[in-house]
Amino acid sequence: MDPVIRVENITYTYPDSERPALDGATLDVAPGSFVAVLGSNGSGKSTLAKHLNAILLPDGGRVLVKGMNTTHEEHLLAIRRCVGMVFQNPDNQIVANVVEDDVAFAPENLGVDPAEIRRRVDGALKQVGMYDFRLHAPHLLSGGQKQRVAIAGVLAMEPEVLVLDEPTAMLDPAGRREVISAVEALCRERGITVILITHHMDEAVRADRVVVMDRGRIVMDGAPADIFPQADRLRALGLAVPAATDLILRLNAAGMDLPVEALTPEACAAAIGEALA
Amino acid sequence: MLKDITLGQYFPGDTPVHRLDPRTKLLLTVVYIVALFMVNTWGGYALCIAALGAVMAVSHIRPRALLKGLRPLVFIIVFTAVLNLFFTAGDDVLFRWRFIKITYTGLERAVSMVLRVMLLVSGTFLLTYTTSPLAITDGLERLLSPLKKLRVPVYELSLMMCIALRFIPLLIEETDRIMSAQKARGADLETGTLPERAKALLPLLIPLFVSSFRRADELALAMECRCYNGGEGRTRMKQLRMAGRDAVAFALGGLLVAGILLLRRLGI
Repeated sequence: MDPVIRVENITYTYPDSERPALDGATLDVAPGSFVAVLGSNGSGKSTLAKHLNAILLPDGGRVLVKGMNTTHEEHLLAIRRCVGMVFQNPDNQIVANVVEDDVAFAPENLGVDPAEIRRRVDGALKQVGMYDFRLHAPHLLSGGQKQRVAIAGVLAMEPEVLVLDEPTAMLDPAGRREVISAVEALCRERGITVILITHHMDEAVRADRVVVMDRGRIVMDGAPADIFPQADRLRALGLAVPAATDLILRLNAAGMDLPVEALTPEACAAAIGEALA
Repeated sequence: MLKDITLGQYFPGDTPVHRLDPRTKLLLTVVYIVALFMVNTWGGYALCIAALGAVMAVSHIRPRALLKGLRPLVFIIVFTAVLNLFFTAGDDVLFRWRFIKITYTGLERAVSMVLRVMLLVSGTFLLTYTTSPLAITDGLERLLSPLKKLRVPVYELSLMMCIALRFIPLLIEETDRIMSAQKARGADLETGTLPERAKALLPLLIPLFVSSFRRADELALAMECRCYNGGEGRTRMKQLRMAGRDAVAFALGGLLVAGILLLRRLGI
């Protein structure tokens, strides 16, 4: 299948900076996949995300969204509509005082018919499990709920790709679980392509593919089970290793023989149980 | 503590008054205010009070709530009363002690001015009590939409209002947080002379401003990502529709004006 997003050797330097934030990044994203992008601070992962829906335009190379070049002005709305973006702070993404009015913002901008907006708003809120809160005021919701409203606000555009730039960075563990489960369901059940930029290894573990960035380039790219066992390399890049993988690697170093593919706590516990039985 | 501030004092409810189209309520409030200034008889005031009472009864707004709203205006009300009471010229002297002179005309005028101010403010309170700030913004936008032809950015103005309302609780929360942070580091915000206290506010305002700008920046980005490109070509999910009850409300409003004009004519 053709990639829904194609990033070709892009470079980008922020106007007030000397060092390039992106320095030859190349990436193809297959439709319907769940890609996690990892990297330490300043590795360029947020900058890459902002190139995917033409918020930033590359200095060199090009970004194609469904074949549309992001530098072509006439494609701007089509690209933004196809690639929805969710940011870190849910408070700064919500426009209206009522949940359902906020979700309606994007389709209203697109000039969608009122009855169709209603259908999309209800659908989007149901997909993230926030339908019962549709008449609430956003500032009275929890962080996880607010972030799910923000996701619904993007879903109402009916995008094919959802880019989430550290959506859980400001949330407590319960909120993080809520948001990541909702995002995973969107990918698995609705076939929406998800690109998740994150700091949390346990979130990346759930992806189909993990991309690791360092100094504006993509340095590792593969299935989670291939990437995470390379603990030394990840640590050298300033990243942690999922707790389960860390434990398995240490036990293996101490003489056990456990499968390094067990990335989640559940899989890890099962593997240890099996080895001890 | 700052969280206790409520803005736009809206009492949610599901009465016929709450369900009226916001445009109807806005227009009728204007009609009511104009009518109030046409009143020059006691009968007229009685009619206005009766109308206000009827709306309160239908919308389940208790008199206590209205009085609470009037409390900050006590000074203005007393000032109006005193001014009219003591400084109205006239020969029908009611009471005289040294240089103080109260005339019958003065007394009459003081009472009527106080009534007028209170009725005026109560009327507008009823509007905000029964209409959510969002509905008021929406109603205003649509009432002013003919101005779009004169290139007045009506939609943008209403969006600005809507966003301002949305961010008020956030900014209050943030102020609270910064205040705690500054207090934790020994800032004294509550004692001292007025200039000292004003100076102490500076370390509060600067972080608040900085973070507001950052918020605005992020919000603009998020709006762009959601395909915002101005008011043109936008549709609305919620369509305002006038219903039968709006016609009834307008008819009652007309009746009020007619009644006031009649009483004015008759001099009752």
